[in-house]
Formats: sequence, C-alpha cells, structure tokens
Amino acid sequence: MPAAPRKRWRRLARVTPDSVAASKMRNAITIAGKELAGYFVQPVAYVVMSVFLLLGGFFFFNMLRYFEVVLQMYTAMQNPEVLARLNLNHAVIEPLLHNLAIVLVILVPAITMRSFAEEKRTGTYELLLTAPVRTGEIVAGKFIAAAVFMLIMIGLAGIFPLILVMFGNPEIGVMMSGYIGIAFLSVSFVAIGLFTSSITQNQIIAAITCFGLLLLLYVISWPAEAGGSQFGDLLRYLSLPDHFGQMVSGIIDTRDIVYFLSVIVVALFLTQRSVESVRWR
Amino acid sequence: MIEVKNLVKSYGNVVAVKGISFKADEGAILGFLGPNGAGKTTTMRIITGFMPATSGTVLIDGLDIFKNSLEARRKIGYLPENPPLYTDMRVDAYLRFVARLRGLGRSAVDEALEHVLKVCGLEEMSHRICGHLSKGYRQRVGLAQALIHNPPVLVLDEPTIGLDPRQIHEIRELIHKLAGHRTVVLSTHILPEVSQICQKVVIIADGRVVLEEQLEKLPAGTSLEEVFLHAISKEHPEDAGRAEETLEEVGAGHA
Ligand SMILES: Nc1ncnc2c1ncn2[C@@H]1O[C@H](COP(=O)(O)OP(=O)(O)O)[C@@H](O)[C@H]1O
Ligand SMILES: [Mg+2]
Repeated sequence: MPAAPRKRWRRLARVTPDSVAASKMRNAITIAGKELAGYFVQPVAYVVMSVFLLLGGFFFFNMLRYFEVVLQMYTAMQNPEVLARLNLNHAVIEPLLHNLAIVLVILVPAITMRSFAEEKRTGTYELLLTAPVRTGEIVAGKFIAAAVFMLIMIGLAGIFPLILVMFGNPEIGVMMSGYIGIAFLSVSFVAIGLFTSSITQNQIIAAITCFGLLLLLYVISWPAEAGGSQFGDLLRYLSLPDHFGQMVSGIIDTRDIVYFLSVIVVALFLTQRSVESVRWR
Repeated sequence: MIEVKNLVKSYGNVVAVKGISFKADEGAILGFLGPNGAGKTTTMRIITGFMPATSGTVLIDGLDIFKNSLEARRKIGYLPENPPLYTDMRVDAYLRFVARLRGLGRSAVDEALEHVLKVCGLEEMSHRICGHLSKGYRQRVGLAQALIHNPPVLVLDEPTIGLDPRQIHEIRELIHKLAGHRTVVLSTHILPEVSQICQKVVIIADGRVVLEEQLEKLPAGTSLEEVFLHAISKEHPEDAGRAEETLEEVGAGHA
C-alpha cells in the first residue's frame, strides 16, 4: 500500500478525548442505536408488537360493544341516572389498559431475554467488555433501546383512545394518565428483564425468571390482605397493580411515579452489578 | 509494550494459570504457544481486560489493565477465540459499530472502515450479513474489527483455528501484513505458525511458562517442535532453569 493514505488514516483515527460526560452519553447512544436496529431485524419484535396490538384491538372492540349494549339497554329503559354514570373511560380504556398490562407481563420477557444472555452465548460479550466502555454505559444503552421499543409499541396502542376521541366524548386527561401509567409500567418491566438477562447465558432462563418476577410484583400484596402489620404495608407498597391502578383511574401521584422510578433504578443497578461481576468473578 | 507479571487465575478450584510472566516487545509478533487447555485463552482474556486475574497484573504500554482499564483497553485490538460477530448485522454496519464503540469520531469512521475492508479483503463482502459468511470470512471480519481503531497492540486468540489450509495461509499472510509496527500477541497450538510469522515465542503448558525466547536465538538446527514437545513433556516444568536447560538439551542433540 502507498504510504501517504495510510498516514492520513492514522492521523484521523487517533482518538480525540471528548469531555467525559459527552463520551459517556455517546457510548450509551452508540449501543442503544445498534440494539434498537437489532430489534427490527428479528422477527420476535414484530411478533410481540403484532400480538400486543391484536390483543389490544380484541379487548377494545369487545369492551366497546359491551358498552354499546349497556348503553342501548339503559336508553331503552329510559334510566337517565345510570346513563349519566356510564363512562367510556371507565368501561373501555381502564379495563383495556389493565388487560394490556397483563399481556406485557408475558411479552416483555420475550423482548428482553436476548439482551445480555445472547451476547454471552455467542461471544460478542467479549467485544463489549473489552471495548473502552464502562459497564454502566452498556447497561444504559441496552435499557434505552428496550425502553424506546416499548414506548413505540405503547404509542401504537394509542390508536384505541384516538378512535374514542373521534367517535365519542371520553375524558382525555384520564386517558393520558392511564397511558403514562402503562408507559412507566412497561419501562419498569424492561429494566427487570434486562436484569434477568444479565444473570444467565440462557435466554429461556432469562425469560422465565423475568416472567416470575413480574408476576410476583402483581401478587406480592396477597399475604398482606390478612393483617395490617408493617410488613403488610411494605408488601402493599411493592404491589404493582395498586400503583398502576391509580394512574389508570386518572390520578397521577408522585408516590406512584416514585415507585416506578425506584423499580427502574434498582433493577438497572442490579444489572450493572451483575455485568460487572461477570468481569470480576 | 505488553508486560505480563505473575498472572494467576483460578476458576473456583481449577487453577488455570499458575504464575505466567512474559514481555512482548514493541513492534514484534509474539507467538503464544501451548497445547489445548494450557491457559492461552484465559491469559489473553486477562490481558485484554475481559476478566481480572486472581493475582498479578498486565501493563499495556505502561498502563495497568486493571487500574487504568479504559485507557489501556483503548490501545488493544482483540480477536477472541470465536470472532465476536453480531450474526444479523451487515459487515459494514458491524464494523462501524465497533469503530464507534472503540472511540472513533463520526468523521473518522468512514475512512477507517474503507481501510480495514481493503486490508482484510472484505470490500466485496461489506453488505453481507455477518451470519451468512463462511468461516474464513468471519475470521477476516474478526481481524477487521480488532484493527479498526488502529490499535498499537493486537491480541489474537488462535486466529487460524477451524480454517481450511488455504484459508489458514491467507489469514497468516494477512496477519503478517497488518502487523506492521504493532505489537502482536498471537496464540496457537500449531507449531509452524510460530516459526512462520513470529519473532518471539512463549511456550506455556499447564498454566506455566516453559520457554520465552527470540526465535533467532534458538540454536541452529533446533526444531521448534522438539523444544515444544520436550518442554511440555517435562514432568515438572516449574522447576529449575527451565528455558535454557531445555534449549541446551535439545540443541545438543543437533550439534
Ligand atoms: N470459564 C471457565 N470455568 C472453569 N474452567 C475454565 C473456564 N475457562 C477455562 N477453564 C479451564 O482452564 C484451563 C485453561 O483453559 P484455556 O485458557 O481455555 O486454555 P487454552 O486456550 O490454552 O486451550 C482449562 O483446563 C479449562 O478447562
Ligand atoms: Mg483457547
């Protein structure tokens, strides 16, 4: 090879040290970009999205039909009191979001199970961990990608309230609150999924562990139903449907947001420790 | 350039590396030779900062791979035993990603990509999906990713394993060509590979160094094979005067 172009390449390729904060974000975004593009080349992502939206449509139109039947019934009975209490949000959007949340308990593990487990299995983990990148940046990158994927999916499910707005007269604020709730819920799920994927190189184990943890968050308050001890209070605080239910019914309380943010922070912290421990084992 | 000092690594009860020390000189290719299970991969994973040693350390250009990990890792290009390819990415997208990950600025990526594609003979393959490539081309992409940020140090773990004879030849040529003035550590269990492309050899067996020598300093008429077999067949490779003794004995047979 001629000497001149090689020299030029050398000079250009020399790493210019960015400011630390900027480079941290840059590495996370590089990884997030690659991960997100990766989601859309595998069929799993499309299957998950389709299942989510098709089931959502199924729930939506069923509940809408039921609402219509009830509406006609009470109109025929000329019962204005009950008619006034009938409410599109209450009858359609709330149950829709609760059902979609359950669907996410099953679908999120399928999305996140690959993230770390697959890298370990195929050996690309060695590329990631020997690159001049911090483990926190790797975790952040993967989290951003999975969270963006989820938000795209939730965004597409926004078609359902949009239909209501076009043909009915729902309370938009309450619907927004519910969608913000399911956005927080899905992003928390994703953080938990990343954690379970980081502890194994087997995708199935990652998925099942994630599924188990998410389900546990749903039922964790059951033992508290018997008594009112402090432990019971703790379990009730940890219970996911309580916090989510509040937001779905239109109440945005900082306590519920703090709850979801804590789930995210704790799960990502554990993920980072787990990735680091592979390095320091 | 690379200084490996008293590395010990145990996996639970198994001690895979039992106190390995050697130096790789700047700008030279070092052959890291040893039978399967000797601890080559383990040592290289420690050198590249993938995992820590139980004790001992590694200096890359004076930087400690544990204490100055990020700085030290910036200087290394690493090809693991299995080329670390994302099987559903295209070759060019993959190499761009690695370039960014290793700290190249956006403007430098195109040129670096063009260069490694050319050097590694991948120009025709740049739009192929990594997972669809043959083993030989995967190895080339593996070399290209190790090289893309133009590192002063290259660590290659058995780069010719699993290739057919023609591919082995091509990859060896390629390593020779891209070594340039880089410091290269190349592990192998194939003897001729060392005599063909290396300037220095470190032989390990069962987690210990049994010989560290410049190839040119091996006594005339000594075949590396004899040194190797002799070294690894010694009952207690850890005791006394290892390298010199080994050489003298083997050399004497040829005098
Ligand atoms: N992750 C691991 N867990 C437990 N033992 C391991 C692990 N990796 C390697 N070993 C053991 O360490 C020894 C050295 O392995 P390795 O470094 O892969 O040797 P080489 O690359 O020279 O073939 C072998 O006995 C191997 O079984
Ligand atoms: Mg090996």
